[in-house]
Amino acid sequence: MKGTNLGEFEELVLLTIATLVNDAYSVAICDELEKYAGRSAKLGVVHAVLNRLEDKGFVKSTLGEATSTRGGKRKRYYTVTNGGKAALIKAKEVRDELWNRIPDLILKKA
Amino acid sequence: MKQLNDIRPPRWAQRLLHWYCKPELAEDLEGDLNEYFERNVAAKGARRARWIYIADVLKFFRLYTIRKPEFINLLLHWIMIGSYVKTSGRSLMRHKLFSFINIAGLAVSMSVGLLVIALVSELLSFDDFHEKKDRIYRVITNDQRLDEPPMTLATTSLVAGRKIDASISGVEELTLVRSGFSGDARIGESVIPVSAVWADEHFFNVFSFPLLQGNPATALKEPYSLVLSEKMCKTLFGDVNVLGKSVLFDTTNYVVTGVVKDVPKNSHLRFDALVSFSSAKEHREAASDFNNWTQIYSVCVYALLPKGSDPATLQANLDKLCTTENARLERRTISLELQPLKNIVLGKSLSNQIGPVMRPMALYFFEGLAFIIILSAGFNYTNLSIARSMRRTREVGIRKVMGALKHQVGWQFIVESTIIALMALLIAFVLFLFLRVQFLSLDRFLSDLVSLDLTPRMMLYFVLMAMVVGFGSGLLPAVFFSKINAIQVLKGSSALKIFRHINLRKALIVVQYCFSLIFITTTLIGYNQYKSFLTLDLGFSTAHILNIRLQHNKEELLKKELAEIPEVGAMSVSRIVTSLGSLQGAGMKYKDLNDSIVVWLNYVDEQYLPLHGHKFLAGKNLKALPEGAEESEVVVNEQLLKRFNISPQDPSRALGEIIAIDKKKLAIAGVVKDFHYGTVENSIEPMALRYSAHEPWGYINAQVTTTDWPATRARIEAAWQKVDKVHPLDAKFYDDQIEEAYRMFATMIKVIGAVAFLAVCIASLGLFGMVVFTTETRLKEISIRKVLGASEGRLIYLLSKGFLFLLILAAAVALPFTYLLFDKVVLVNFVYHPPLGYLELVISLASVTLIALLMIGSQTLKVARANPSEVLKNE
Repeated sequence: MKGTNLGEFEELVLLTIATLVNDAYSVAICDELEKYAGRSAKLGVVHAVLNRLEDKGFVKSTLGEATSTRGGKRKRYYTVTNGGKAALIKAKEVRDELWNRIPDLILKKA
Repeated sequence: MKQLNDIRPPRWAQRLLHWYCKPELAEDLEGDLNEYFERNVAAKGARRARWIYIADVLKFFRLYTIRKPEFINLLLHWIMIGSYVKTSGRSLMRHKLFSFINIAGLAVSMSVGLLVIALVSELLSFDDFHEKKDRIYRVITNDQRLDEPPMTLATTSLVAGRKIDASISGVEELTLVRSGFSGDARIGESVIPVSAVWADEHFFNVFSFPLLQGNPATALKEPYSLVLSEKMCKTLFGDVNVLGKSVLFDTTNYVVTGVVKDVPKNSHLRFDALVSFSSAKEHREAASDFNNWTQIYSVCVYALLPKGSDPATLQANLDKLCTTENARLERRTISLELQPLKNIVLGKSLSNQIGPVMRPMALYFFEGLAFIIILSAGFNYTNLSIARSMRRTREVGIRKVMGALKHQVGWQFIVESTIIALMALLIAFVLFLFLRVQFLSLDRFLSDLVSLDLTPRMMLYFVLMAMVVGFGSGLLPAVFFSKINAIQVLKGSSALKIFRHINLRKALIVVQYCFSLIFITTTLIGYNQYKSFLTLDLGFSTAHILNIRLQHNKEELLKKELAEIPEVGAMSVSRIVTSLGSLQGAGMKYKDLNDSIVVWLNYVDEQYLPLHGHKFLAGKNLKALPEGAEESEVVVNEQLLKRFNISPQDPSRALGEIIAIDKKKLAIAGVVKDFHYGTVENSIEPMALRYSAHEPWGYINAQVTTTDWPATRARIEAAWQKVDKVHPLDAKFYDDQIEEAYRMFATMIKVIGAVAFLAVCIASLGLFGMVVFTTETRLKEISIRKVLGASEGRLIYLLSKGFLFLLILAAAVALPFTYLLFDKVVLVNFVYHPPLGYLELVISLASVTLIALLMIGSQTLKVARANPSEVLKNE
């Protein structure tokens, strides 16, 4: 099976999905990423990442209702699965752990 | 905002997305793109937004988005093909008549297609067997004299060849070739005429003619070396082991240094023997005239370029060489050009060609004809299948209800037409075998050029063509049937618009008949004109005159032998045989030394003019001159007097006037009535007859009156044998020679006639199909009319008038077109031709109408005669 590690951008996307709660679909995710992470997120990249996350079982997707916008096409909404949650928490723990192990002198002053 | 909503992304990009994208991803992906599109329209304008959309669609073509091939569908497809074949077979059997029309039409037209494929593929295979074919170039020459049209020759000068070899880099190997060696090979007692090609020692390095014996590197090095083909070895020695044996030509001994495998037919260089280039004296002596920059008429130079080198570099060097050499010339520029080996046979027309060539134009003409014919038959198929569609809509409806997809229905019809095309191919192939013989016997040139032997590759092309024809003609019906709405059909609604394209189909019939009429009329007019060329009054008599080529024998000896044959009467000597297209000209002046023309000449003895029945307007015949005497007289025609205004009204006063031909001063001894010196394509121009009794390369014109030609010919042959044991007799009757001179036209008429036949066949089959269909669908209507009292004649008129109208329409287009074509384009090229009559137009219209009436009449009569109670009962 594919690796279950979380890449940096994957982690960002996953967090964004979590923040958007019930409104997480590809375009919104792109917008959100641009707003908070301050970097441009191309739809193509985000779409590929979402697809990968779904493969890894971190998110699951459902199609929403058709609306009059988007040429009548339905949106695909993403929600974080338990596995995704665990992966996020694990990633955070690893970071915190590492942060904690940094001696005070080196980074905190800067 | 409403306005913005109206702007849509490009349709094709959307379709592309749906085509490649997995269905489960496609919808939301398209939605995302649409959302961005709407944003972009607002922010950047519609144009940019569309571009971005297209770019995004292309960018999303990724591994995870693209649809995997659906093997299960492919498998289904494969299984379904079996079913398609089965139903197609049933449908073929059920509609025997339509199947027959389709198969016959396609077979006839495809046989022509096969012929063209065979011809083209053989022509394209020319010179394919040379291993280094891509790197071999021939150096050809452009000769431009001031005030004269440029001339392009396949040959070049010996000097050019030598200079390129010696001083120009970028040539790996270079070989000099010159055709035209001929001599009588003497081996012991036997003498056999041999014609050969001079080639130098690099010949076998450039070309891939495998040597069976001898060393390719040295075989052609020494003077008087001879390389023979296998065939020639057997003729000369009856054996192949001939290395080191000697052959005597005239007084020179040649030694056989190699035996080469027989040259394949698809080679532009053809030879039975090669003679080393150094054998010819003029090739060796640097001082001879032959070694002149302007002597561009004899030698072919072939250059082998190194691997990966650019011919443009060599061309630049050639240009430089020409500039240097041309500096010494006045009023003339000679330039060299490289011609790739593969372009030689199917290339531009050059003078002094070595080996056969085919004009690409002629080939395009054939291809075009075949294309039109096949297209026409394809139309028939399409036409009939759609016309017949009413009978099959139910079948399609049921298929659709059972779950057939659009493309599956479409495939069924394409498979059906492909099966028909493949069946037609079988018949076409048989026809092709027959047609091939006819085609090759059309013209000696053709049978010399190609043999049209079957190769596996050709068979592949044949099958491929049948598939393409089948696919092409099945495409339209397939599209038509796949769009059928199942509910509508099964409800039995007649609202189905199958007659939507009726005008298109009528137009097709009109076009087919137009072509038929044009070809038939062309054949008739052409034949009439051709006959008139043969019977044209040339201004002298050609009856019973046998022209015997002297082939460098003494005319007195031959005359003496011939005189002993009782059937042979008077005899004369001439340099050329006139009215056949061969010309000989020279500069001529009268009193005004600045006024010079080209006068056409023939050199004849004193017997010539009386023998050919030339009419003297004034003066008398040329006087016989004793051997070695200075010639002083000339006989001229009326045109010459007119041109120089030497008393054209009263020719007798022109007698004794002095004219200068080739600077030789001659007195006019007689004036003959104008006659045809050239062919009907040339107008009669000034010409003069000069005296010469000694013409070793000319002809003896003998008056032969015989009732048993084979026996007489045998006697003449025996007489010839006494004079010349080596060369076969070459004697032809004047009238036959004239026929031969116009043989090109006969060939063309045969080809166009054959095409006319095909066109009529196909058009008639098409019409027949339409008539059958129309009458069958109107069967009930006709029956009711009959019950209500319509007469048979009335019904036939009713049914056929529509078709007759189409025929008249076709005639109204085709006949004036053909008439104008001949009047304004074709016959303009012939100075002498009989006036164009209307008879041919009437005959062709009548014959086409007759055939069409037979087609229409037979079917309409059947329907009109049908018993109405039988028809109406079956409902």
